[in-house]
Amino acid sequence: MKEFKVTPIRNGTVIDHIQVGTALKVLRIIGVKEDVSSTVSVLMHVPSKKAGWKDIVKIEDRELDPKELDKIALISPDATINIIRDFNVAEKFVVEVPQKIVGIMKCANPGCITNKNEPVEPEFVVESKKPITLRCIYCDRITTDISENVI
Amino acid sequence: MDIVSIRDFSRAQIEHVLDVAERMLPVAKGDEKSKLLDGKVLGSLFYEPSTRTRLSFEAAMARLGGKSLGFDEPKGSSVAKGETLADTIRMVDAYCDAIVLRHPQEGAARLAGHFAAKPVLNAGDGAGQHPTQTMLDLFTIRKSKGKIDGNHVVIVGDLKYGRTVHSLSEALAMFGAQLTFVAPPTLQMPKEHLKHIQSMGIKPKSGTDLTEAVKDADVLYVTRIQKERFPDPAEYQKVAGAFKIDPALLKDAKKDMIIMHPLPRVNEISPEVDKTPNAKYFEQAFNGVPVRMALLAMVLGAVE
Repeated sequence: MKEFKVTPIRNGTVIDHIQVGTALKVLRIIGVKEDVSSTVSVLMHVPSKKAGWKDIVKIEDRELDPKELDKIALISPDATINIIRDFNVAEKFVVEVPQKIVGIMKCANPGCITNKNEPVEPEFVVESKKPITLRCIYCDRITTDISENVI
Repeated sequence: MDIVSIRDFSRAQIEHVLDVAERMLPVAKGDEKSKLLDGKVLGSLFYEPSTRTRLSFEAAMARLGGKSLGFDEPKGSSVAKGETLADTIRMVDAYCDAIVLRHPQEGAARLAGHFAAKPVLNAGDGAGQHPTQTMLDLFTIRKSKGKIDGNHVVIVGDLKYGRTVHSLSEALAMFGAQLTFVAPPTLQMPKEHLKHIQSMGIKPKSGTDLTEAVKDADVLYVTRIQKERFPDPAEYQKVAGAFKIDPALLKDAKKDMIIMHPLPRVNEISPEVDKTPNAKYFEQAFNGVPVRMALLAMVLGAVE
C-alpha cells in the first residue's frame, strides 16, 4: 500500500514539481503567512521521477489567481498546478513564464524610478527563461534574484 | 518619438541624426539664421545640476527660433512639495511642445515618455542613459576622423560608474570600432556590460596601462575619476596620477590621435594639452548644439 505523508485534500490547489528547496519561497510569494485561514501542507525534499527531488505545497480551499501563477512560474518554471474540487483533479497545468512581467515584482535597482512612489507598475521583459532573467523596461537593470523582489 | 536610450536607435538612424546635425552647423555657429522651430516651446526640466547639457539644449532651441522654459533645480518648484514626476510631466506636457529631462533616478525618462504625449528627450537619468551625449561624441569622432568604424578608441577613467562610457561603448561597438578600456582595477568596465559589447561581435581589450594603450589609439576618450569613489585619499592620488593626460604621455601617441572628454574635467587632462591639435574636448562641447538642434528639429517634425 502506498504511504501518504499528507492526505489528499477536498478542495484547493496542489502545487507539484516545485524546484527542490524553493517551497518556502513559493509560500512567501503567494502570501501564506501567520494569519493563514486554511490548512497548508508543505512537503520538502520529496523523491521525484522527473527531477530527482522536488517540493510540494497543498493549499486547502484556495485557487490561485493568474498573477500568483506568474509569480510561481518565475521562481519554479517547471511547477505544475492541480486544482482540486471535491477530491478530483479538476484542472492540471504547468505554470508558464509570461513574456512580460507587470506589477508582480519590484526592480532590484534601488535607484530605479519605479521604486520612488511614482504611479506606475514595475514592468520587465523576460530576456531568458532558463535561468530566469528579467530586464526592467525603465532602467534596463537585469534581475535574476526573483524571490527577493516579488511584491 | 522619444529619445530615451541609445539602444533604441539603429546605426542607420544614428547616422541620419549626425547628417542632420552636420547641416545645422552654420546655424549652430550663428553664421546663418533659422526659424525652423519658430513658435515652439521646449520644457527644460533639470532635477540635477548641469551646465553643458542644459545650456546647449537651450542654445539649440534658441538657434532654431524656439523658446525654452523650465527649472534647473527642483527647489522652489512644486517638485520640492513632493509632486510625483508623473504629475510634473503631465503638467509640462500641456505647456510645451517637447520636454528635455535630467533626473537623478534611472528610468525617469522612460517613465516621462509614458506620461507625456509630447516627445521626451533624456538628458541623463542617474547612472542610466545619456543618449544625446553619445550622439555628440559620435558626431565629434566622425567629424575629426571622417568615419567612426575602424577607429581604435581607448576609453579611460571611471568605467564602472560612468554612464557616458557605457552608452558610448555600446554605440561604438555597433559601428564596429575597436575598443580598449583602461581603468584602475576597482573601476573597470562591469562584466555585464562587457558581455553585451562582446555579443555585438567586438572583442574589447581591458587593462590598467594607459601609456601602452595610447600608442596605437585613434581616439582617446577621457572621463573623470571621482574622488568619492575612494575611501583612502592616498589611493585616489595614486590612481589620479596614473591616469593623467599630459604632453609626456602624448609623445608616443599617433600624431592625429584626438582627445575627447565629456567635461567637466578636474585635473585628468593637463591644461598644456589644450593647445595641442589633439585636444577636441571644447569642440566636442560645442557639438552638443548642432546635434541637439538636429534631435529637436526631428522630434518636433520640422525635419525628417
